[in-house]
Amino acid sequence: MHDMILEMLGRILIPATQLFGAYILFHGHLSPGGGFSGGTIIGASFIFYSLVYRFSDKKHRLKHETSLWFEVGGALIYVGSGLVGILFGRHFLTNQGVFPIGEPGRLWSSGMILLVTLGIGAKVAGTVFKLFQELLEGGAEPDGHH
Amino acid sequence: MRKTLTIVILLGLLTLLFLMVVEMPLYGDPEAPAHQGIMQKYLADSARDTGAINTIAAIIIDYRAYDTLGEATVLFVAVIAVTAALYGGYEHA
Repeated sequence: MHDMILEMLGRILIPATQLFGAYILFHGHLSPGGGFSGGTIIGASFIFYSLVYRFSDKKHRLKHETSLWFEVGGALIYVGSGLVGILFGRHFLTNQGVFPIGEPGRLWSSGMILLVTLGIGAKVAGTVFKLFQELLEGGAEPDGHH
Repeated sequence: MRKTLTIVILLGLLTLLFLMVVEMPLYGDPEAPAHQGIMQKYLADSARDTGAINTIAAIIIDYRAYDTLGEATVLFVAVIAVTAALYGGYEHA
């Protein structure tokens, strides 16, 4: 099925949604928002994308591995930035003294917080989209295909 | 056997949770750890300690980063549970 109206709307709304989600993520330490809200917005844009293109052609279909990598990658960023603290001989998830804190109020400030916010964002986007994907097209057939 | 084991594990978890709830300070208790000046410390020092001017981000991702890791684990478990419920019972899933 090819839905022209949905596709044109998607072309405008999906990049706008993703840009807004990225804005929320990158400004998590400066303004209200952060990993969970920004990640949900980006996940919603993936859901919209797959609603628009899922039925028209197979080329645009997002793979299950994609959402899995978002999920796992986010968790790895989080735990990885926690382990950096241990490498420097401090506690797990130490910010001050391990990461460059920068000048409060600037975009590139707050060290670990920005990094972990991006990790949480990737993870939440992966979770939201993966739940949608699994509920929509997941589930194994009795013969083992899915 | 498996059912009994499940019930035993769940009851154990329930007991653990109840024990934690009993240990928690009463609602509005002035002696509670949350009312011993930690709020003033967060508001006064968070920008200097963490470099984040959003105090909430400073609390959840710096002072309480460990709790947020647990929160992220909740999401992870939710995905695992949904996937397991959908693929469970079949081989080659």
